[in-house]
Amino acid sequence: METPAQVLSMHPRKFLLWLFIVSIVMIFASLTSAYVVKQSEGAWLIFDLPQAFIYSSIVVLLSSATMQWAYWAAKKDNLSQIKIAVGVTLALSLVFLIVQYLGWGQLVDQQVFFVGNPAGSFIYVLTGLHAFHLAAGIVFLIIVLISTLRFKVHSKSMTQIEMCTTFWHFLSGLWIYLYLFLLLNN
Amino acid sequence: MSTTAVHTNEHIGHDDAHDHEHHELNFVEKYIFSTDHKTIAKQFLITGIIWALIGGGLSIIFRLQLGFPDMNLEWLRPILGKWITSTGQIDSEFYLALVTMHGTIMVFFVLTAGLSGTFSNFLIPLQIGARDMASGFLNMLSYWFFFVSGVVMFISFFIETGPASAGWTVYPPLSALPTAMQGSGLGMTLWLVAMVFFIVSSLLGGINYVTTVINLRTQGMSFFRLPLTIWAFFLTAVIGILSFPVLFSAALLLVFDRSFGTSFYLSDIYIGGEALPNVGGSPILYQHLFWFLGHPEVYIVILPALGITSEVIATNSRKPIFGYKAMILSLLGITILSFVVWAHHMFVSGLSPFLGSIFMFLTLIIAVPSAVKAFNYLTTLWRGNIIFTPAMLFSIGLVSFFISGGLTGIFLGNSAVDINLHDTYFVVAHFHLVMGSASFFGMMAGIYHWFPKMFGRMMNDKLGYIHFWLTFVGVYLVFFPLHYIGMAGFPRRYYSFTNFDAFQDFTDLNTFVSVAAIITFSAQFIFLFNFFYNIFRGRKAPANPWGSNTLEWTTPRVPGHGNWEGDIPKVYRWPYDYSKPGAPEDFIPQHIPLTETPESNLPHEVEQLKEEGIEVKAANAGKS
Ligand code: HEM
Ligand SMILES: [Cu+2]
Repeated sequence: METPAQVLSMHPRKFLLWLFIVSIVMIFASLTSAYVVKQSEGAWLIFDLPQAFIYSSIVVLLSSATMQWAYWAAKKDNLSQIKIAVGVTLALSLVFLIVQYLGWGQLVDQQVFFVGNPAGSFIYVLTGLHAFHLAAGIVFLIIVLISTLRFKVHSKSMTQIEMCTTFWHFLSGLWIYLYLFLLLNN
Repeated sequence: MSTTAVHTNEHIGHDDAHDHEHHELNFVEKYIFSTDHKTIAKQFLITGIIWALIGGGLSIIFRLQLGFPDMNLEWLRPILGKWITSTGQIDSEFYLALVTMHGTIMVFFVLTAGLSGTFSNFLIPLQIGARDMASGFLNMLSYWFFFVSGVVMFISFFIETGPASAGWTVYPPLSALPTAMQGSGLGMTLWLVAMVFFIVSSLLGGINYVTTVINLRTQGMSFFRLPLTIWAFFLTAVIGILSFPVLFSAALLLVFDRSFGTSFYLSDIYIGGEALPNVGGSPILYQHLFWFLGHPEVYIVILPALGITSEVIATNSRKPIFGYKAMILSLLGITILSFVVWAHHMFVSGLSPFLGSIFMFLTLIIAVPSAVKAFNYLTTLWRGNIIFTPAMLFSIGLVSFFISGGLTGIFLGNSAVDINLHDTYFVVAHFHLVMGSASFFGMMAGIYHWFPKMFGRMMNDKLGYIHFWLTFVGVYLVFFPLHYIGMAGFPRRYYSFTNFDAFQDFTDLNTFVSVAAIITFSAQFIFLFNFFYNIFRGRKAPANPWGSNTLEWTTPRVPGHGNWEGDIPKVYRWPYDYSKPGAPEDFIPQHIPLTETPESNLPHEVEQLKEEGIEVKAANAGKS
């Protein structure tokens, strides 16, 4: 009897995560296209992007770096380093949220409100929705941190931290995309 | 996400008689919060059937208004209460609520959740040879989000101001200004809440289907050995993952406009002479976002039905499906093209005529893969040994509707023609044939065909035939006349036409359509009886009642948790080896190795064996 070929397959949970990311991408792709379409129709308010967004971009990139550090530490079974790295990432993510909030304050100072010209409303929606997803990422980080404290994250059990790292890089990439998008279309 | 582990072999080894008593599962785990794909499929199916009855019932009520404008509907007061006016008529705003809810329920709850939810769930693991979905837990969540969505939508019928009334497409400003009409108030809010739950449900389902198809196929089940059902479900899920998030964006901005006072979709609006504060928005923006989902959505509705039809037609023609690869390519083509034609719903929205002609061009291209599918069905049927099971009749009915409704799509796709026909009953006729009826028939075909696997019993064929003929003739009698009414200029969603002289001539035709609709709707109760009675009392199903090749028929009569009792069967051939020359029987299931069928192997199959070092003589060498 002939032997049928094995089919290609990946880790189903990681695959689920990727598809989840695809659907988030579609949300932001549609909102940024809506932004472009609306802008091209005119009646568009022009104002400066808050300074805070530069700082939050730096913070989010740093947090990506520390997340990667956590991942490498896990690969090398360096438990104490994983704890530190995940902890730092967690702290940076909270800093990020605070800086974003300050950014909203700077918008208000310029008389750009959520309710008003869509040019302003869009910024609140895009940053708010990103922050919402980042908050979901924070929950994930906390789960990883707890598993780390229970010695469940190590080189033989990488799935969770690997997924968290993927998601985290996605979140910071998403922010950088949004920031550049707003910068270029302002 | 930590419960998403793949189901392993934990349940194998149970024997058939015991598959009803999993001692580890109590009633709630087995029938309510079940993570078994077969149970979830049945939950989707039953919920879908209930919604279909509600949605169909609504349409009968508004057909009464259209067909018998002077009729006294006092007898409906026990159900509709204050929506019957003191003169015994349907309240005119409630009429709009009826058409809105009919559309929403049919498109989303019945033909999306009821169809994909049932058959993707039931057939994907069974036909690709998997023990369950990639994540049983997310799958269960998918059903319960759908359930909650339905509960919220249902509640909106019972509130003071009535359900949403802006049409199933809920265009702003009507939907964005809570004061615009009664249905734009709380009813619209509940509609949006329900839709958000629905989107989450669809995404959870779709993500799971795609992951399962890609990662959990059994040994030998390469992509080009997948039954066309699976290809269709797979691509439907891909379309859903890419388009439902866009509906989410559209709904989110609408929620902000309604409840927080933003102006994404609103500008320069006066109510009672007073200008609203909103400036800078555009209602057209909503149309773009909505139809970016809306058009792919119509293919989400039809592709699973086409997949089911491919399978049923090939099985019951006892012939390989004609042009298997062409079928896959046309599915792929439809998937891709469905994302670039959305503006054909917006030809009269003030779209630039240049853009309009680009979208017209792309729209007409999508007719090509659609036609390829229609021709392939016909050529599969051509000179087949056709066995007219009820499922087969419904599949042939689908092909008929898909052709007759698709043809009018080509008219509508031409912007110059569409400017006249847009928002008339012609459009209503088009999509009720090509989408509504075709997809409904696909669903029926699926139910009649896989009922034996779902419940282990047979449905009654005679009742099936009666159900088919009444419904098939009924659908044409209901929807065909609507073309003429539309060409005469009847706008859709109007409460009454009797005030217009131009439309007086059509009163009789409208009455005729309403009578046909009532008969067609009543015929569905034959099906309901056949379905529910035979779940309990039907004749026990044989192992492979239709002589089918796919893997689900290798499971026990009522498959237990984990689907197969021993190892999962391996797959050695494509699913369409029907009436293969030389073979003793007219079908060879997918799990039969080539080495066991030397008499019917084709030369390339002999070659394939040779490469593995197995020498079997080709019986057909030279014949093909
Ligand atoms: C030959 C291919 C097709 C073409 C060229 C086509 C073209 C069109 C066009 C131009 C319209 C807009 C009419 C208007 O509002 O003025 C339309 C409406 C519609 N089509 Fe098609 N169509 C095709 C096939 C399909 C299929 C396969 C489905 C569903 C399975 C479908 C479902 C619908 C629906 C639901 C609407 C109405 C939406 C609404 O306004 O409520 N069409 N079609
Ligand atoms: Cu369309």
